[in-house]
Amino acid sequence: MNIVVCIKQVPDAKTVRYDTEKGTLVREGVGAIINPFDFHALEAGLRLKDAYGGEVTVLSMGPPQAGNALKEALSLGADKGILLSDRAFAGADTLATTYTLAKAIKKLGRVDLVLCGKQAIDGDTAQVGPGLAVRLGLPYVTCVNALSVLDDGKTMHLRRVNEDGYDMLELEIPALLTVLASLNTPRLPSLKGKMRARKAEIPLWDARELGAEPGMVGLAGSATQVVSTWVPTFEARREMLEGSAEEQVEALVSRFKEAGIL
Amino acid sequence: MLKVDTEKCTGCGECEESCTFEAIFVEDEVAVVNQDACTLCGICVDACPEGALELHVEEGLLATDLSSWKGIWVVAECRNGVLAPVTLELLAKSRELAGELDTEVTAVLMGYEIESKAKELIFNGADRVFVVDHPELATFTDEVYGNILADLAKKEKPEIILAGATAMGRSYIPRVATILETGLTADCTGLDVRAEDRALLQTRPAFGGNLLATIVCSGHRPQMATVRPHVIRANIPDPGRKGEVIHILPGEDLLSHRVQVLESVKEQVEGPNLSEADVIVTAGRGFEQEKNVELARELADLLGGTVGATRAAVDAGWLCDRTQIGQTGVTVSPKLYMACGVSGAIQHIVGMQGSEIIVAINKDAEAPIFDVATYGLVGDVKEILPLLIHRIQKERGS
Repeated sequence: MNIVVCIKQVPDAKTVRYDTEKGTLVREGVGAIINPFDFHALEAGLRLKDAYGGEVTVLSMGPPQAGNALKEALSLGADKGILLSDRAFAGADTLATTYTLAKAIKKLGRVDLVLCGKQAIDGDTAQVGPGLAVRLGLPYVTCVNALSVLDDGKTMHLRRVNEDGYDMLELEIPALLTVLASLNTPRLPSLKGKMRARKAEIPLWDARELGAEPGMVGLAGSATQVVSTWVPTFEARREMLEGSAEEQVEALVSRFKEAGIL
Repeated sequence: MLKVDTEKCTGCGECEESCTFEAIFVEDEVAVVNQDACTLCGICVDACPEGALELHVEEGLLATDLSSWKGIWVVAECRNGVLAPVTLELLAKSRELAGELDTEVTAVLMGYEIESKAKELIFNGADRVFVVDHPELATFTDEVYGNILADLAKKEKPEIILAGATAMGRSYIPRVATILETGLTADCTGLDVRAEDRALLQTRPAFGGNLLATIVCSGHRPQMATVRPHVIRANIPDPGRKGEVIHILPGEDLLSHRVQVLESVKEQVEGPNLSEADVIVTAGRGFEQEKNVELARELADLLGGTVGATRAAVDAGWLCDRTQIGQTGVTVSPKLYMACGVSGAIQHIVGMQGSEIIVAINKDAEAPIFDVATYGLVGDVKEILPLLIHRIQKERGS
């Protein structure tokens, strides 16, 4: 099974700070990690490869340093990584991003399954997976938290989670899935994997390499524009209720009454 | 790329102040751009008092003839025979926007044997309802729902399409936007219009709610957004409202799909779902054992709310993964959030810090959850919750 896993390098929430005066992110000292959901997409791909053979290719669009995310994916067992990087890709919204990723996947040739995390933790849009599937002409299922492949090797059964429960779905590959964290527990890198990743060369594909129309990528290919950003201030809170357990509960009940909760 | 006209630049630093990404700064009294950090958002261009900044953009997507697109659409969502609350919330917001844009509100209702819901949509603010009632729509598939909506939008040309940011909406609305090659803003928490160019101002959180951004789709139509449930107040339905109901027969070519629904399972959940709940009682590691989670359920029931979980409570098998709140779970913003036995790891906090009132109960007075709490109680949940439950019962009884 030839599998492509799309990953994104995102700021590590643990290290991001916010400047409420300026309404901006403080970029200094911010670590970069693989988007947490994407680890689960990669794990799903690696397990399918273990069971059915084939190859796992990881794909990422981003600045040159996103190559580190691809190397990390290689250390976990991916066969190859490709970085889509070009100044012209900057400022891409989901429409331009799906165009660029689709160009790359088409260039790879035969692909049986494309896997994405449910969403990236910086943008939180959850739109790249479905949009990419449309660009590739593939059926797709979002929010998958269980999957199995039937004996014919091409029919998949999937569990898609919604607000009230779940749906059991069936499709035939080729297809695209976006996955939840509850799908699996990602493996840790092996020593051998780390060594291999360190030595690996990550090919870099730019707009020309992809044969991408300049007007379809990055800011030029984006339909949406950001007009302003700001950091919301959560009002100074923190009233510690005092006294014994009974007294604290009593104080809370009176706060609830003031707020109209009781 | 972003260009600085060094003749015009006075080095005043307004651009540096305005940049979210620290991508532009003043050095030797002139603005310098770090092109790798720059996301080309253009905010500094507007902030520059000298007009010294310019975004140089390749000839972009073909601009659409904007004036031929008219009206606001609300995509109605019907789950288990009931209209999703977010649909009614969107109708209320659309009426407000339609007033400012001097246009009409149309609801699009898709499903099977759902016709009776058209009236309800009109009572809640729709001027017109497109009803697509077909057996193939009895179960939701992204392809069929998406194809029908995209096809209808191509023919009817609405200027705005709004849908709920529900599991269903966030799955198939991106399909529609990609087919229509237009912009889509996910999970909005605020909507407004800019009168001069009829732009829909779409405000949404990013970075787990730590950053808010207002986004427009100025050169393309329709302008599309999914909107988070529970951020807008629905109107009181007016049974006297009149509207037009138009039946649409979907073309056969739109009805084929490659994903088959084998089974739809509604899991036994008490009370409202997480994204629509006014009150959430979240159970964390502090409950120690599965049987103690019953206390959280009891309190949630008393307050008309529902139960949420931390990653730890899900990993322990006490609660199902669908109830997990935080970075790899659901983001919530109820009126009252009760974090019980929750330490407050950043991955949890990003999923709940937008809540109106946050109550934290934890044994450890130094737990980070208290930094975001409106009210903090230091103590064991196994002691505090029974007291609180008893006290509320007494209050209700009196």
